[in-house]
Amino acid sequence: MEALLFNVSGGFLEGIVRGYKAGLLTQNQYNNLTQCETIEDFRTQLSATDYGNFLANEPLPISTSTISDKATQLLVDQFNYLRSNAVEPLSKFLEYMTYAYMIDNVILIITGTLHGRNTSELLQRCHPLGIFDTMPALCVATNVEELYHTVLVETPLAPYFRDAVSAADLDDLNIEIIRNTLYKAYLEDFDAFCQSLGGPTADVMHRILAFEADRRAINITINSFGTQLSKEQRAKLFPTIGRLFPEGNNTLARADEIDQVRQACEAVSEYRAFFDSGGRSHANGNGGANGNSESTANLLGDLDSELGAAADLEDRFFVHEVHLNKLAFLQQFQHAVFYSYIKLKEQEIRSVTWIAECIAQNARDRIHDFIPTF
Amino acid sequence: MGLYSSYYSFGLPTFLSVVIALYLLFTGSGEAFNVGQFLEETSPYAWASTGIGLCIGLSVLGAGWGIFITGASILGGGVRAPRIRTKNLISIIFCEVVAIYGVIIGIVYSSRIAPVADHLLYTRENYFTGFALFWGGLTVGACNLLCGISVGIAGSTAALADAADPDLFVKILIVEVFGSIMGLFGLIGASASFSL
Repeated sequence: MEALLFNVSGGFLEGIVRGYKAGLLTQNQYNNLTQCETIEDFRTQLSATDYGNFLANEPLPISTSTISDKATQLLVDQFNYLRSNAVEPLSKFLEYMTYAYMIDNVILIITGTLHGRNTSELLQRCHPLGIFDTMPALCVATNVEELYHTVLVETPLAPYFRDAVSAADLDDLNIEIIRNTLYKAYLEDFDAFCQSLGGPTADVMHRILAFEADRRAINITINSFGTQLSKEQRAKLFPTIGRLFPEGNNTLARADEIDQVRQACEAVSEYRAFFDSGGRSHANGNGGANGNSESTANLLGDLDSELGAAADLEDRFFVHEVHLNKLAFLQQFQHAVFYSYIKLKEQEIRSVTWIAECIAQNARDRIHDFIPTF
Repeated sequence: MGLYSSYYSFGLPTFLSVVIALYLLFTGSGEAFNVGQFLEETSPYAWASTGIGLCIGLSVLGAGWGIFITGASILGGGVRAPRIRTKNLISIIFCEVVAIYGVIIGIVYSSRIAPVADHLLYTRENYFTGFALFWGGLTVGACNLLCGISVGIAGSTAALADAADPDLFVKILIVEVFGSIMGLFGLIGASASFSL
């Protein structure tokens, strides 16, 4: 039924975002990029793609961070175009998407302030999608109570902060707890909003957000091994919308080592493959280099193998996320394509930056370790 | 909230109509609900004109609905892939044809209406013509409304698919053609009713 009335408000922008999606780099273009010898070649290759000559005015020794910044700027421009043309409920949906970046920015500034960094430098490093007006004022806060009362009441993040106020003062562990509490509240709220939209938007977005929730739960568990975070506290940080919820979350909350995490994920067949060190799930077909590093990691003691597994796990999460986001484009008349496009574009920027980094540092053997989008 | 609003939107009218019906029944004026009398006393002109109106009105509604669904997608898709704009006008034409079906049937039907003297109005043949035009018009209108929407949705998909991959255009166009044939069924059925 959504086909009857979706186009009233969202038809034009859906067409636009699908046009943007058609401009994402293809496998062929990735291959061309990996063949480049120098950054100069790289720029020429990129100018033949949808990026155009976005690096044309840069002075010649182009750093990879410039490439990443400029590409992100393109993404932000596209997002702002979509956002300024959007009407309800799409505008609300796009606004929800920016909350995730806002949370990251808030945490970045608080952490930076704690470590005595320069304010303007911190503001520059914030993700441009998550900028809000009162952000510079974040630097004055010394505890969560103050942060909440002086700054965050004005922002859309305030409802999420209510749960975090209990954490009394700001230190590194507490900041991580705040970040994850915020993110949990955000994911649950976003999911509830998507459910209220109904139809295919609810279906597709629930699939993506459930995976995001599970990914965070697993990451929190793995990162909390050997820290002071108690198991009760850890259990409170797990989002409750994932596919692991509730019994997988309970198992994760009690886990002491990576094997127990694996057991918690057994119940979901898609997640089983993440921990399966034998079969490679990488789509770029370059298992060789990674397989070697993994087997050497296995030889180097327990801790190192755990770290190696975590990095590898992160890659597999990204591959699965890309897969889910690609699936979103199979359905028309729904809002999830907007979310998926931004996520895919971000992944593409990460991949392009990785390739540029490999070219700059002459690390040809690892150049194929990026995650392709289309 | 949603529960209460559906209670009110469905429950309240039902409740009111039951109360009014019972009131009429128990106060001895149950005869006010006389369907047969209503059918007999309503002028065949009223039936025929309502039928023609519904025929053209619903057809144009369907065509317009289809065109806006398709048009929004063509506009959006055409920004990044301008080549789709001319090719996808065919989807718009398919929607527009639906309105033309409605107009054709409307003209054919209106030719059946002729001035009749008052005392000759309520005859068997005139009743038939009036009811036939009403239900025929309603059939064509409903057919064309749904056909227009289905062609519109298929056309919108065709536009976006064409923007992503030009090979898909013809394939989805075939689906769209089958959708637009459904409107033709209404047209044929309504014309056939007059050869009775």
